[in-house]
Amino acid sequence: MTRSQIEYDDTQGLVRFGFGALTEACYVLARVRSVAAARSWLHLAPVTSAVELDQAPATALQVAFTAPGLAALGVAPSVIAGFSHEFVSGMTEPSRSRRLGDVGSDAPAQWEWGTSTTVPHLVVMFFAKAQRLEGLMKDLMGSGWNEAFDELQRLHTGDLEGHEPFGFRDGISQPEIDWEQSYEPLGPHVTYGNRVALGEFLLGYRNEYGKYTDRPLIDADAASEGLPSAEDAPNKKDVGRNGTYFVLRQLRQDVRGFWQFIVNQAGGNFAQAEMIGAAMVGRGANGDPLAAIQAEKIAGIEQEPEVIARNQFTFDADALGVRCPIGAHIRRTNPRNTDYVGRPDALKRLIAMLGFGQNGLRDDLTSSVRFHRILRRGREYGPGLSPQDALAPAPPGEAERGLHFACLNANISRQFEFLQNAWTMNSKFSALTGENDPVVGNRQAITGCPVTGRFTIPASGRLRRRMSGLPPFVTVRGGAYFFLPGLRALRYFTGAMR
Amino acid sequence: MTPQSSFMVLGAIDRGREAELRRLLASMNDAPGQVDAGNAFRDFENLHFARLLIIEDTTREDIEAYGLPPRSYPTYLAFLGDVDGDGDEFLEDAARRASKGLREIFACCEGFIESTDLVAWMKAHRTPSAADYVNWRGRTVRSARENAALYERLQRYIDDNAGALADLPPQAAHATLQQFVQAEQSAGRLALTPENPTPFGWTIANLLHLIGVPLVLLLASPLLLIIGAVFLVRLRSLEKSDLELCQRVEQSHSDALALIEDHDVTNQFSALGGVKPGVVRLWTLSFVLLIIDYAARHLYTRGRLARVRTIHFARWVWLDNRRRVIFLSNYDGSLESYMDDFINKVGFGLNVVFGNGMGYPRTNWLLIDGCKDERKFKEYLRRHQLPTQVWYKAYPGLTAVDLERNARIREGIESRAMSEAEAREWIAKL
Repeated sequence: MTRSQIEYDDTQGLVRFGFGALTEACYVLARVRSVAAARSWLHLAPVTSAVELDQAPATALQVAFTAPGLAALGVAPSVIAGFSHEFVSGMTEPSRSRRLGDVGSDAPAQWEWGTSTTVPHLVVMFFAKAQRLEGLMKDLMGSGWNEAFDELQRLHTGDLEGHEPFGFRDGISQPEIDWEQSYEPLGPHVTYGNRVALGEFLLGYRNEYGKYTDRPLIDADAASEGLPSAEDAPNKKDVGRNGTYFVLRQLRQDVRGFWQFIVNQAGGNFAQAEMIGAAMVGRGANGDPLAAIQAEKIAGIEQEPEVIARNQFTFDADALGVRCPIGAHIRRTNPRNTDYVGRPDALKRLIAMLGFGQNGLRDDLTSSVRFHRILRRGREYGPGLSPQDALAPAPPGEAERGLHFACLNANISRQFEFLQNAWTMNSKFSALTGENDPVVGNRQAITGCPVTGRFTIPASGRLRRRMSGLPPFVTVRGGAYFFLPGLRALRYFTGAMR
Repeated sequence: MTPQSSFMVLGAIDRGREAELRRLLASMNDAPGQVDAGNAFRDFENLHFARLLIIEDTTREDIEAYGLPPRSYPTYLAFLGDVDGDGDEFLEDAARRASKGLREIFACCEGFIESTDLVAWMKAHRTPSAADYVNWRGRTVRSARENAALYERLQRYIDDNAGALADLPPQAAHATLQQFVQAEQSAGRLALTPENPTPFGWTIANLLHLIGVPLVLLLASPLLLIIGAVFLVRLRSLEKSDLELCQRVEQSHSDALALIEDHDVTNQFSALGGVKPGVVRLWTLSFVLLIIDYAARHLYTRGRLARVRTIHFARWVWLDNRRRVIFLSNYDGSLESYMDDFINKVGFGLNVVFGNGMGYPRTNWLLIDGCKDERKFKEYLRRHQLPTQVWYKAYPGLTAVDLERNARIREGIESRAMSEAEAREWIAKL
């Protein structure tokens, strides 16, 4: 496929850009008040596409819908049923909450939004350059908004200049989308690559298995005429094409608790506390990884000095986690492994496939990462607080701070949920036990294991060091699964095609 | 070494008493599908996993889709488990110690009346596995529990004495920990029971099996090669035309299954399917299961089923005169990660077995494709999955990898001397 055929004009911009230059943003969670008014507002809404303009835009607008939201807009149940099980049943289905670790103080019953009557129908995301957000929202919400929607929440965002609230550089590592569909996903892969099939991030395209993910395919009729045809079923219209799932979770971060805990662990020595923090994250506050940068290029990692210094690494040479602990946040969220361990040739792959290749405790334990990548689009909220200031007790009535975690993926259960369940919240990740993610873990007991708040720091040729009693530093405040439609699908939803 | 074995008692449920049985089984749980903590299973020190499962006939739709004459199968109750030692002995023991409960359950089965001899009935209703997989041959419930206690005790000791231990070189660290464990044992705070001797009869039988199966196959190989070639041609044409039945499952079905999942780090899995029609498929599947059983018995006895390290126990059982097969397993992690492991690591193995099941996604040369169609495969599995009514695990919170790590740590504790390299590797597990 040539570049000109990439359907940027039918794709919402958030898939391609993080809108980083638009430093102000507000996500409005709303429910449909009047179907007709909602459709007409959405029809007129200037939703930003992924086309790259000569001049960067000063504002952007994106919209995404939950399954109840699509129903509220009058989308037929048979169409909604074509989306994935997890999208249809929603983030707060009880067994899902267990898998995501949304239990105890993170349980949906404790959330500010996203549960029972506070499930949003849609999220409207406003982005703007500094000082422009208020004007943008006023303009766009001026006509018809109040008739169309009941607002549930406005999720305000801040700009900590590329850092998340704990103070670490964020958003460094992202998969590179293979927009051109030039890369061959079908395995076996023996080296880690950062380029990922388009179908992992957009519905209607081939994914890492060379297959298509669940989405509604419908018969062509007057209403669906303007929709694209399905690649894999040309006589069907593809409601999902150029759309994707948008996972939004509001995560409150206890910045004071985080720094006070690790400074205490470091016996009050701030420099040492920073080292502990780096071990927990897997990168220093400035974003430099603890793992060694390799000379060999990695597909999908740009050859810019700054990118190389932060991203041209895997954990292959550090199997024991001596440089970067096995349980460090970035090692859990992206283990940077591939289909086989140790770059085997065809014969060794066969031996490995039959189970006779690797015999070490941790060998070949972690699933190949290319099936579990997400595009992160989160933004922080609340006032910034430096690590030093975080050591002081909180003033009364202090504002909450945290992250509006957001990610895009075409298969929620295999990507976001897997990552959350098998890697970050899993106290058994990679033969560890009794510890979940040192930064975002919920520390909730699981059956048979009362403790999940350890953090193990392996040492070279010595017994490991370990921190115990890590409290939760992050609390879930709300969340939902949305569908971020392609622009033609959006017109279909709003009935403009009828 | 105490070998493990599996048992499964299968009885047809008296239709009029199914509702009563379901209520009875539900009353054994404290969370959906999870047997309550004070359950009677806990009393059996040699029982790893157990489940009570109602096997409803969910294969009718597939049979119709394949254009076969409709058959009506009974709804079965299966009581199955994995034990240290002999299955029959376990059933005798169970009948002795839990007679009342078992009688109450089996009374809902056809032909079980007040005067029925429980042991004889259970033995008569035992249904053997076509293939059995055990994660770690010889690992008993007792050793799993003792090793876990050893691990936790060592963890606490290392944490409490971090200052003194942190700078010890590997061999010195090993020796220190060894001394600590010996002291704990002497003080009666830790028990590390030595293995029982391997039953002589089992050793002989296993050896005969090890040699016998390949020998028979070798002797029969001229014939097998001819049959194999004919079969391959036939299978190649069948696999191009066999019906795929991978439509989306009802949301309510997948939600009902999810309700009983992810309460522990380990989950149960039960799936029932019809064997594709024809003698070629039947014989192929029989042969494949024979090979799997052989491999599981002699090759995959130390924590790995090919590349998969998350399965504690698994089995395939023929039902209804080899018209249907039920697959039963206990695995770590969520179903999603289990299925991903299947697809990415043992796709070939899945295809060659389940490819003979009605509706499986299309294979290519029996080993290729099939489950690689992720979406279809996941729907196929979910579609054939049955909810388990009551499930028991002897070591809550422990994964197969936990058990392996703990066993390796114990091996280190019990080995007299270690080289520098061995000690380095050993302390990295702590």
